[in-house]
Amino acid sequence: MSELAPAIEVSRLVKSYGGVVAVSDISFTVQRGEIVGFLGPNGAGKSTTMRILTGYLPATSGSVTICGIPVATHPNEIKRQIGYMPENNPLPEDMRVSEYLYFRGRLKEIPRRKLGPRIDEVLEVCDLKRVRHKIIGQLSKGYRQRVGIAEAILAEPPVIIMDEPTIGLDPHQILIVRDLISSLRGRMTVIISSHILPEIEMTCDRVLIINQGRVVAQGTPAELRQEIFGHSTYELELAGDLAALSPVLFSVEPTLQITEQAGPHADGFQRITLTTAREDELGDTLLPALLSAGYRVRGLTRAHPTLEDVFLAATRRSWDAVVPADRLAHLDSKPDPSGTVAR
Amino acid sequence: MKHILTLLSHEIRMLLVSPATYVAATLFLAFMGLIFTKILEIYSSAPQELSPAAVYFQLFWLPACVMVPLLTMKCLAEERRLGTIETLLTTPVTTTEVVLAKFGAAYFLYVALWLSTSGFFVILRTFSGEAWFLDAGPLLGGFLFIAVSGLLFVALGVFASSVTSNQSVAGIFSCVLLATLILGGNAVSDSAWLAEGALRPAKAAIEYAHVFSHRDDFARGVIDTRHVLFYFSGTVLALIFSILSVEAKLLHA
Repeated sequence: MSELAPAIEVSRLVKSYGGVVAVSDISFTVQRGEIVGFLGPNGAGKSTTMRILTGYLPATSGSVTICGIPVATHPNEIKRQIGYMPENNPLPEDMRVSEYLYFRGRLKEIPRRKLGPRIDEVLEVCDLKRVRHKIIGQLSKGYRQRVGIAEAILAEPPVIIMDEPTIGLDPHQILIVRDLISSLRGRMTVIISSHILPEIEMTCDRVLIINQGRVVAQGTPAELRQEIFGHSTYELELAGDLAALSPVLFSVEPTLQITEQAGPHADGFQRITLTTAREDELGDTLLPALLSAGYRVRGLTRAHPTLEDVFLAATRRSWDAVVPADRLAHLDSKPDPSGTVAR
Repeated sequence: MKHILTLLSHEIRMLLVSPATYVAATLFLAFMGLIFTKILEIYSSAPQELSPAAVYFQLFWLPACVMVPLLTMKCLAEERRLGTIETLLTTPVTTTEVVLAKFGAAYFLYVALWLSTSGFFVILRTFSGEAWFLDAGPLLGGFLFIAVSGLLFVALGVFASSVTSNQSVAGIFSCVLLATLILGGNAVSDSAWLAEGALRPAKAAIEYAHVFSHRDDFARGVIDTRHVLFYFSGTVLALIFSILSVEAKLLHA
């Protein structure tokens, strides 16, 4: 129950369903007030991990603590620490919005006299005031999704777990949900899973990518870019003698290399792709160096791999690592030392 | 157990706002009214030994086998099908509280429906002017039997609903369970082959669980604690199995 304990601590978590391993040896820590995105292809084990975090499913092995309380031995205390929105957001069809929130508030042990004002507050925050007396079954998808979010934050728990909160929403509603989640930053710990990668990149402080039940990458989006690609990329459009370019580049940064070149165009300009191991911005030293060497430059941009690229690379990397190992095991030959899973 | 009242009032409320409840209630009252009218026709043609109340409760098994599945088939199966059981069980409530609340709400409705049929006797008494028609003994005994046996019937219905996420399967399963309990015992209790040798203990057990004989005792005003214990222990057992079944589905999901 210590105030200093991390919000979520998962260590060597394993879950198997009748012989099929859904989650295999996952470990991660989420600090208080952090917003963490959980990424992974379908069937990677995201929902299973989230269900174990809530105490709804028991783990096969490993340990999970929420705010310092172990989930396996104190399931009832855990349920007071979390707000959970399951996958597909199941809601009772024949209740009114305010009735539903009142019922859930009572179950979550919010005192009766505080419950009314708190319901008004979450209805306001989630922009649900207009539909408070409507029957949930008649609401549109966007409203239903927001009812689910309102329910998750209702009791102001320290940890909020949302399984695909933005699925099926239009861009305007995604914006509202994103602002809503951002507004919780610092006050509550939020862990969300999503397929919409720009979404995660904009809202989350940190990203966990899992594939086939394993954590394949974790860190801030910038760290992941660095870790997965290991280099920065610049795109340059210039005219001049290319043979003399390499020494110029070397003088700016020894690791700067030409990896691709296209052209030259009719006007003499060429498009060149450069990569470097340096993470910091090189543009302001590169540009004067090129100009003083007599090159004519009309474009210099730093290419930002999107989280999508990181995600695809990370999951592909884990597939590559897993498949040969599986195949070798299947053939009953000696295991390949390179067949270990990345990270 | 501090959420049981919240859950119970929610369940009763949900039953009372559901159109299906009113359809079932109307059918039940229409059917019971028909039986009552038939009884009255027989009584008006020839004098009878038993009071109409005693005859009325003899046919309890028909509504029990039909109404109980209708009232209970939805309770846990629907929660599981919609996935709302997941949101429910991730709040600080226990599976026991959820199952007891579902059971309580269905039982409340079952007893309330039966009690509403006492109106038939009041109407009969008012129009016939004969106190004999409102014979308190068999009437009270009959309702007491309904209340006590209803515990077990509804618990079996809840159990049937806990083993599947399909409402129709739950309904049919509870109908079969109830028919086996109520009519099965009746069918085999007279069999001569059961009275011989090694099967004698089985016959004793079947006689102990013979619902029709319990009804006759109750209607005569004999309240045997063995009968009451039979229904109470059966109810507890069925509810424990329901709780285990809900939890087992999570363990082996």
